[in-house]
Amino acid sequence: MTAEPDDSIAVVATVRDVRDLVRSRARSAVEVCRDALSRIAAVDPHLHAFNTVVADRALARAESIDRDPDRWRDAPLAGVPVALKDNLCTRDVRTTASSRMLESFVPPYDATVVSRLEAAGAVIVGKTNCDEFAMGSSNENSAFGPVHNPWALDRTPGGTSGGSATAVAARLTPVALGSDTGGSIRQPAAMCGVVGLKPTYGRVSRYGLIAHASSLDQIGPLGRTVHDVALTLGVLAGPDPADATSALEPVPDYTAALTGDVRGARIGVPRALVEQGVDAEVSRAVNLALDALKWRGATLVDVDLPHARYAIPVYYLVSTAEASSNLARYDGVRYGFRAGAGRGTANGTHGTAEAVPYEGAPYGAAPCDLKSMYAKTRARGFGPEVKRRIMLGTYVLSAGYYDAYYLKAQQVRTLILRDYEHAFTGTDPVDVIAMPTSPTAAFRIGERAADPLQMYLADVFTVSASLAGLPAISVPCGFTADRLPVGLQLTGRRFDEATLLRVADAYERDTGWSKQLPPILSR
Amino acid sequence: MSFEPVIGLEVHAQLLTASKIFCGCSAAFGGEPNTHVCPVCLGLPGALPVLNRAAVDYAIRAALALGCAVHRTSIFARKNYFYPDLPKGYQISQYELPIATAGVVELQSRGEPRRVGIRRVHLEEDAGKSLHEGFVDSDRKTYVDYNRSGVPLIEIVTEPDLRSAADAAEFFSRLRALLVWLGVNDGNMEEGSLRCDANVSVRPQGTTPLGTKAEVKNLNSFRFLQKALEHEIDRQIEVLGGGGRVVQETRLWDSAAGRTVSMRSKEEAHDYRYFPEPDLPPAIVDPEREQRIRAAMPELPEARRRRFVERYALPEYDAGQLTQTRGLAEYFEAVVAGGAPAKAASNWIMGELARALKERNTDITSSPLGPGRLAGLIALIEKGAISGSMAKDVFEKMFATDRAADAIVAAEGLAQIDDESQITGLIAEVIDRNTDAVAQYRGGKTSAFGFLVGQVMRAAAGKANPRRVNDLLKRALDT
Repeated sequence: MTAEPDDSIAVVATVRDVRDLVRSRARSAVEVCRDALSRIAAVDPHLHAFNTVVADRALARAESIDRDPDRWRDAPLAGVPVALKDNLCTRDVRTTASSRMLESFVPPYDATVVSRLEAAGAVIVGKTNCDEFAMGSSNENSAFGPVHNPWALDRTPGGTSGGSATAVAARLTPVALGSDTGGSIRQPAAMCGVVGLKPTYGRVSRYGLIAHASSLDQIGPLGRTVHDVALTLGVLAGPDPADATSALEPVPDYTAALTGDVRGARIGVPRALVEQGVDAEVSRAVNLALDALKWRGATLVDVDLPHARYAIPVYYLVSTAEASSNLARYDGVRYGFRAGAGRGTANGTHGTAEAVPYEGAPYGAAPCDLKSMYAKTRARGFGPEVKRRIMLGTYVLSAGYYDAYYLKAQQVRTLILRDYEHAFTGTDPVDVIAMPTSPTAAFRIGERAADPLQMYLADVFTVSASLAGLPAISVPCGFTADRLPVGLQLTGRRFDEATLLRVADAYERDTGWSKQLPPILSR
Repeated sequence: MSFEPVIGLEVHAQLLTASKIFCGCSAAFGGEPNTHVCPVCLGLPGALPVLNRAAVDYAIRAALALGCAVHRTSIFARKNYFYPDLPKGYQISQYELPIATAGVVELQSRGEPRRVGIRRVHLEEDAGKSLHEGFVDSDRKTYVDYNRSGVPLIEIVTEPDLRSAADAAEFFSRLRALLVWLGVNDGNMEEGSLRCDANVSVRPQGTTPLGTKAEVKNLNSFRFLQKALEHEIDRQIEVLGGGGRVVQETRLWDSAAGRTVSMRSKEEAHDYRYFPEPDLPPAIVDPEREQRIRAAMPELPEARRRRFVERYALPEYDAGQLTQTRGLAEYFEAVVAGGAPAKAASNWIMGELARALKERNTDITSSPLGPGRLAGLIALIEKGAISGSMAKDVFEKMFATDRAADAIVAAEGLAQIDDESQITGLIAEVIDRNTDAVAQYRGGKTSAFGFLVGQVMRAAAGKANPRRVNDLLKRALDT
């Protein structure tokens, strides 16, 4: 079912390999691009990692790179095919956030990360499937259907950046961008056996990222190797005048930090937190990974994160509150989906674009009033999980409840951050904190869909770094007996992605996890 | 029982920045609909606000002029509600920590000084504009223009310190003059760049607890403000007088019907679900920045009025009139700097110049007659080179042609004859030709003197200095 995996550029190549092939003109950017496109055409029907593939646009872009080799000689991502999570705005390319609401929305502008990738020579091949508005943990909340895990097609790839993790795991593109609000890069990276980094809040501009929860959202790369993730982060990171929350911190050379040397590194392990509720096979893989790091010269230190156990409720109060406000703009007035009677909808960008078809009564029917247009649009345009969160968040912010829920949650959030600060700077300071990314490996599609709370609770290890704004990486650390990938999560100090990457890379050097091919490719 | 009204105002003023508060689009009024827009002010998915520093500076300038304490840290908040002209479904405003609080404005009310407390000044963005009328399909559709979306506003909230509709109108007028004086707002109420809502309640005279208030919206002229408040006060007194209770609600001033009508009740009031805006860091105003803005502030109208009285010995009335606008005050000082005596400058500015400007429907800042020119005219009068009545003609010509007074006087031979020998010569001729009149005068018929003065003036073609003619003729006849 797949196209000559052994000859394919994508199967053998990392970002660095592809980039070097293109720069040295051993392969043209067009060849690399065609390879990625043919792989997507062959494999993606089984995975549904992509919402949109922009073959013509990608090939035209690759041709332009081939035409001007001098210009791209030093470009860090010259000719590298990249997949973008479908909540990153791309000029003239449909950007849906996997929602009916934005099914035909075409942004008039590029997200900052998109401009930066293209300036670095990347070739965008498509937009990846995800949970609707990046809400979920399994990619089952996409309005366009679930993504299938390349390691086991009946299982989810995790979420919400499940399409991006799948695209990288299935070697459709060597690197992809995701966004992480409470684990949405790290958890699917773990479940798909790839490396995923959520940078420090503010490290990467959010301009053009369709907001889920603004104080938590961060864009980051998913790749097969730590080096590729480091390389890509270097392209994405740095201040952006269009995002007031982007940080002015200088951006180091992340690939230069990958020395392989972790002697003396102090790795904190929150034993109390990880003792319960973690699948035994996951625990075993994570403990073996910690042993490997110890063998390389790192020191394991017990740390206490006493407030981390409150992270789930805090996260679901803060994120839903922000989401309820962020999603208010999808009201059917200016762009996107509009339900109900009345004629057409402006689906353009400047308020008065052409009408597009809409769901509901035929053209010329009696106009309905504003309130019912809002209600119908939002009832039909949003899926059940999005509506659940909008209602939760609206409740959390309501008069009389704000102090008890939102304010209290923000206070506990501060305590969670202090726990981390204490671990990083207290009397027995550590450099990174290690724990499983997810308490289980990939679960079956439909298995948890009926129980949203169970789904929420599975975010236990990822949400606290999001609440604290800290960088965290998931790196593959083995497989379960069923050949399902397991991820090790490392959390670092603010703006110290370099240390995270150095430790993860050192670990990766001692393992062959990233070289394993999912069965969909080796069948 | 007699009732006392208690009124507080909420004033929205657009700041005169070149660009919008959270994006680079033009903040100018007008323009073809939806041409001053971008992803940010249209609330497109993924777009983020970035605070315009100039808007903060303007807000600080206004806050300082209102005697407020400017906060080192202020926080933006989202005010959530649905409306088609609100593209994000929330307005970025300030809630718990506004840019400034606790100011005061002093006011004369029925001859008494009154202090009106300023509770807070906060920054926010304006919404777009719903166009319900003027299209062929306006019976079925509403169009929306987002040019105004994201234009910077300050909201100024007073304490409930106003006690009559007239006080409220006087305060609003003073506030408008101050904001225009500061250069932070253009004062244009027709275009909506200055808007006012009022909270009104009444209570039995002599009691302190506040009555139930109604919020009255749509008070977009001084006249509407006063009329609407008068009506609303009467309405509430009538309700209470009839044994009823005032209900807390929002009411709209219907200027055509001349009354306020209920818009929504307390139960229907929005829950705005305010929370801190996560897309914007707190606005930090360090003391140096506040000091820099304070140092660059124009002298405020009240201080200038006092200085005009003290330095130029102007009457209180003149000083008050000349400090109505900054342009007027500056024009006056420029005329004085050009050598004119202060009172003469004041008279000319408030008299002939004000009349001429009004006739041409223009104002002092675009006066065709500069202050240097007016000073030149006044200098000629002071020297006695031209008479007062001639000066008015010269003024008209100056106003129309922008020529200097002395140039007009010279070119048109308007100079007053003040030379003693010249006038004495004319007098001698008149005495020779009018022996009868001279005899009558000398015989005690003093009325003949007026005739002889007229003859001299005629001989001089009206250009002789009348006082000089008077003196010299008297001397010639009496000797």
